[in-house]
Amino acid sequence: MSYTTVIKPKSKWMLLDIEELWRYRELFWIFAWRDIKVRYKQTLFGASWAVFQPLTSTFIFTIFFGNFAKIPSGDLPYPLFVLTGLVFWNYFSGILSRASNSLIENEGVVKKVYFPREILPLSTVGANLVDFGISLILLLIVSFYFHFVPSLLTLFIVPLCLIISTLGAEGLGLFLASFNVKYRDVRYALPFFIQIMIFLTPVIYPTSIMRPSFREIIALNPMTGVIEAARTVFSGGNILNWQTLLIAGVVSVLLFITGIYYFKSTEGFFADLV
Amino acid sequence: MPILFNMKSIIEVNHVSKKYKYGEFQPYYTLRDTLAAIVRTPLQIFSQNKRPSVLRKGEFWALKDISFKLNQGDVLGIIGPNGSGKSTLLKVLSQITPPTRGEAVLRGRVGSLLEVGTGFQQELTGRENIYLNGAILGMKRREINKKFDEIVNFAGVEKFLDTPVKHYSSGMYMRLAFAVAAHLDSEILIVDEVLAVGDAEFQKKSLGKMGEITRNEGRTILFVSHNMTAIKNLCNKAILLQKGQKVFEGSVGSAIDKYTKTPDIRKKFVPIKVSELNLIIKQITINEYLHGKIYPGKPLKIDIRILSKENLKGLGINLMISQDDINGHAFSSDTKITKGMDITIKKGENHVTCLINSFDLSSGRYRLGLGIDKPFDKYYYLNENLFYFDVLETTLKHSLVSTLPDYGRVYMEHEWSIEND
Repeated sequence: MSYTTVIKPKSKWMLLDIEELWRYRELFWIFAWRDIKVRYKQTLFGASWAVFQPLTSTFIFTIFFGNFAKIPSGDLPYPLFVLTGLVFWNYFSGILSRASNSLIENEGVVKKVYFPREILPLSTVGANLVDFGISLILLLIVSFYFHFVPSLLTLFIVPLCLIISTLGAEGLGLFLASFNVKYRDVRYALPFFIQIMIFLTPVIYPTSIMRPSFREIIALNPMTGVIEAARTVFSGGNILNWQTLLIAGVVSVLLFITGIYYFKSTEGFFADLV
Repeated sequence: MPILFNMKSIIEVNHVSKKYKYGEFQPYYTLRDTLAAIVRTPLQIFSQNKRPSVLRKGEFWALKDISFKLNQGDVLGIIGPNGSGKSTLLKVLSQITPPTRGEAVLRGRVGSLLEVGTGFQQELTGRENIYLNGAILGMKRREINKKFDEIVNFAGVEKFLDTPVKHYSSGMYMRLAFAVAAHLDSEILIVDEVLAVGDAEFQKKSLGKMGEITRNEGRTILFVSHNMTAIKNLCNKAILLQKGQKVFEGSVGSAIDKYTKTPDIRKKFVPIKVSELNLIIKQITINEYLHGKIYPGKPLKIDIRILSKENLKGLGINLMISQDDINGHAFSSDTKITKGMDITIKKGENHVTCLINSFDLSSGRYRLGLGIDKPFDKYYYLNENLFYFDVLETTLKHSLVSTLPDYGRVYMEHEWSIEND
C-alpha cells in the first residue's frame, strides 16, 4: 500500500524526513500565503509599513549615530550605510522572532492535526521574503539617490546573503520555537535579545572601528559577514572580505543543523506542552 | 495465520501506552521551575526515560496497554467516561503525540478530525479558509478544487464566500468547518466528537453525512462520541475505555451496555417496585443451581420471585432474550400470549419459573428482558435490558466449534448423512 504509517515511541535523535516534507509542500506554501495575507489586514497603511519602518529607522539612526555621534561609514553615506544593514538585519530578526513564536501562535493546529512541525517555523520565511523584497527596492532607490550603482557582483551576493541569513535565522528560530513551547521565557526574552543583538551586529557601525581581537569575535555573528558583503557590493565595490563571508556561511549552516536537530528531537512533545 | 491476518487488518494497535505527568497539563513552565526541580532532584533529569514502563511520582497512564485490530471498512466506536483516554488514543493514532510504549500501524492515508475548524483564520474569507483548512487537514489543492462546490453547497454559504469568517454567525462558521472536514478523502478517518456542534438540525445533517461516509465508501473509521445513538448508528464495533485501559472490545450493543451500566446478572439484584400493581419483583435468577453459569445446548432456568400485596388475576409474564448486537428479540415468551396460561398472583410471595429445556443459542452475550402485562393490551412493567448474561463456550457432543457465533447464532438439532454407491 502506498501509505503506511508506523507509530512508535519517539526515538530521541531524528533528522529531517525530506520525503515527508515534500509530501507536505503545499502546506508550506499555504502557511506562507496565510501569513502574507493576514499580515497587513485591518491596518490603515497596509503594506506601506514595509517601507515606512526601515525608512524611519534610517532617519533616526542617521541623526543620532551619523550626525551626533559621527560614526564613520566608510565609502557610503551614512543613510545608505545604515539602510543596507537594516534591510538584512530586519529580514534576519523578522524570521527569528516569527519562527520562535510560530508554534505557540498556531497552538490550535499543533494540538489537533499532524504534519511535520518544522513547516510552521520554516514557512515564516515567506512573509519575511516579501518584506525583504519591498525594502530591497527601497534600498536600490536610496542608493541611486546617492548616486551609487551596485556592482555586478550584487546579483550573486544578495541571494547568497539571503541564504546565509535565512539559515542562521531559522537555525536559531527552530531552536527557540521548540524552547518556547516548554518555557515561555522566550516570549519575554526574545525582543530584548534582538534589541541587544543589533548592537552586536555591525548595523549602525562598521567593524573597522573595532579592535582586531574584537573584530574576530564579532565575525562569528553570521550577520556580520552578510552585512559587510552587502555594503561592499552596494557601494559598487568588488573586493569582498571572503573570509568573513565564509565564516558567516559555516556558522549559519551549523546553526541550522543544530536547530533542526534540537527541534526534531523535542517535537514529539509539542502537542502535550503547548 | 499471523501473516494472513496482517494482510487483512488496516489498523493494528499493539500494546500502546501513554504516560503523562500530572504537571504536563499545566498551562506553562518557566525555566526557573525546571532549574528548581533539577536542584531538588539532581539525578532525575539524567535517568529520565530509562525505564518507561515504571511510573514515577506524579505520573499516570493516560493509556495503558491498548491493543486492537481493524479491517477495512470497520467503523470503531470508542466510548468511555471523561478522562478515560479516548482523546489521547485518537491523538496517538493521529501522530499528534507519540506513545510512551507500544506501536501502531496504519495502512492507508490517515485523516484526522479532532476538532472542527482547526486553523480557521478569522481575517480570511470563507473561500480562503476552505483552502487553508483543507490543506491543514491534508487535502491537496487539486482535491479541494474538485470538491469546492460540494463543500460550499453543503455548508450553504454561497453568498458569503468572500466575506471574512469573523463576520460569520457561529452556525455558518460551524457548517463551513464541518463541510470542509466531511469532504476529506482518506482511507482511514479519525473523528473526535465533531457531531457535538451546531444546532439540532445541523447535527442531524452532519450525522447523515457521517452515515453516508461510513456506508458508501468502505473507509475505516475511528469515532469517539458521547452520543450513544450516533455510535449505535455508525459503528460496527466498539471498545470501552476506563482509566486508560481497554475494558471491553466487541459489539456496539455490549459496549454501550457496559458503559451505561446495564447490570451483570452476577451483580446483586435490586428489587423492582411495580407501583401500579402494588407488587415488588424481589429477585430474578438464571440457572441458580449452576451459580449462574449458562451453557448452550443445556437447560436454562429463569426464576422470578414476586412479592405482592394483593391477589392479582389476568396477568401475563413476558420474558425476552435478545442478542446484544441485533435489534429485536432472539426469544420471547409470554405466559398468556405464547402459552395460553392464566396466572394468578397471590398475596405474599410467588415463585414463577420458566424452564427452557435446551438453550440452543450460541455462546455470547445476551440481555434478559421482563414484562408484566395485561395480555393483548398493555404493559404494567417493561424493561428489555434488565441485565445481561454470558453464555459460555462449550463443545457440544461430538463437536468442536458449534457453539461459536461464527457457526451460527442458533443451534438446531439436526442430522447429517451421506450415501455412497
